[in-house]
Amino acid sequence: MKYLLIMQVNPAVLEALTEEENKMIMDGHEAFMKATQESGEFILTQALADPANTKVVHGGGVAAVTDGPFLEAKEFMGGFYLIDVETEERAVELAKLIPDTKVKGLAIEIRPVMFSAGADL
Amino acid sequence: MRSREIEDLLRRLAPRVLGTLVRRHGQFDACEDAVQEALLAASVQWPAEGVPKEPAGWLVTVAGRRLTDQWRSEAARRQRELNVSTDPSPDEDLTRHVDDTLKLLFMCCHPELSAPSQVALTLRAVGGLTTAEIASAFLVPESTMAQRISRAKQKIKGLGFPEGPERLPAVLHVLYLIFNEGYNATSGPDLQRVELTAEAIRLTREVHALVPADGEVAGLLALMLLTDARRATRTTAAGAMVPLEEQDRGRWDRARIDEGVALITRTLAGSAPGPYQLQAAIAAIHDEAPTTEETDWPQILVLYKLLDRMAPNPMVTLNRAIATAMVHGPEAGLDLLASLDEDKRVAGHYRLDAVRAHLLDLAGRHEEAREHYREAAKRTFSLPEREYLLRKISG
Repeated sequence: MKYLLIMQVNPAVLEALTEEENKMIMDGHEAFMKATQESGEFILTQALADPANTKVVHGGGVAAVTDGPFLEAKEFMGGFYLIDVETEERAVELAKLIPDTKVKGLAIEIRPVMFSAGADL
Repeated sequence: MRSREIEDLLRRLAPRVLGTLVRRHGQFDACEDAVQEALLAASVQWPAEGVPKEPAGWLVTVAGRRLTDQWRSEAARRQRELNVSTDPSPDEDLTRHVDDTLKLLFMCCHPELSAPSQVALTLRAVGGLTTAEIASAFLVPESTMAQRISRAKQKIKGLGFPEGPERLPAVLHVLYLIFNEGYNATSGPDLQRVELTAEAIRLTREVHALVPADGEVAGLLALMLLTDARRATRTTAAGAMVPLEEQDRGRWDRARIDEGVALITRTLAGSAPGPYQLQAAIAAIHDEAPTTEETDWPQILVLYKLLDRMAPNPMVTLNRAIATAMVHGPEAGLDLLASLDEDKRVAGHYRLDAVRAHLLDLAGRHEEAREHYREAAKRTFSLPEREYLLRKISG
């Protein structure tokens, strides 16, 4: 079963991190990628640019385009891992390995994938 | 022999050859590489020079030579006792080959491996599918699947052949998983998924040929044939799901049905039936009925009761509830479902809501039915299934 592990990022929390905590997070993501690649559960990961760079095409006859994220919120999707695991329990187990889960105010959202298609998949 | 026939021959011989080499030398990893090279050599040479008189022997010899070459060039390796003859060995007697292929299957389906690893390794080593083909079938990148297979091979290096009566059921379970993956696939190009069901049937046929006396092997093969027979009618051209009662039975594969029915009939005449045989018997009743209404539901109910006792499982109970409704009316079926409400294994599972909705519809309780269709639609991970359930709400 495929799951999307979404890094829910709070910029205020990120800004307040110490250099040490930043390093911990970077090293932790590298270790996570290595571990899930080694286990054959890793499919892909993408890190997304800051919401300031986002544009939205709004539905409707006119299809207006605005700058900024879709939802005005404290948190936004910073990036995600697409993994293929045996059970939901394993997806949760892996999510807990992501270093963001050590930082109060950050979170990992776990969503099951219903349909897959793509160049490599 | 034409190129396609040579391909098929090589795929059939590959597990036997691998099994022979592993039996002689151990080192699954190295043997696999050597066999791959021998197969490649054969696929290049045989179309040009003709298939050798003893094709299996040829492959064993060539693969054996590759192995010794490999070991000789590894200076750090310990001295190993090599027992490879340099003359083409005659095809060893059938019993030996039988043992080797079965042993290979037992190894690939080792209980210490996770189910996805068992499936991937079986398709690779016994099925002869390429890593790319397997990755494609499971909609993961090739590198992910390659790593999974590599890891599985590493793991079984340290394990001995599984012993004991559970090892054949383990193999059957893996074959069943492969079939199910192909049959219930809901995403990706259809073609690849059909490859999986065909592969599952082919491998199960082989096991059946190897252990013809085993009722559960025959039962599983019959179940696959009888289920696969309906494949053409399960989806519309657009990919929408068609439930059993709406399928165009004229388009079911009669040849598959006849084969499956003959097989299960023969098998049931033997010993007491196991779960696969019971499921095959139920499938046979469905496949032989001209319409849903003319289906022998009382007989199906008897079989589900047996199955529920033999291998209790909430999914079986769900099917039993449907059969109960067809025999004793929808309220009786709904009463049976109530017993599942407390079952943690199935609580919140979309099928519980879907079956309940179906029975409520039959009972004329349409408003309640719609509620449960809605819940089921939210919880299913299958797109065609979800679309079907949403249509039931509006339709």
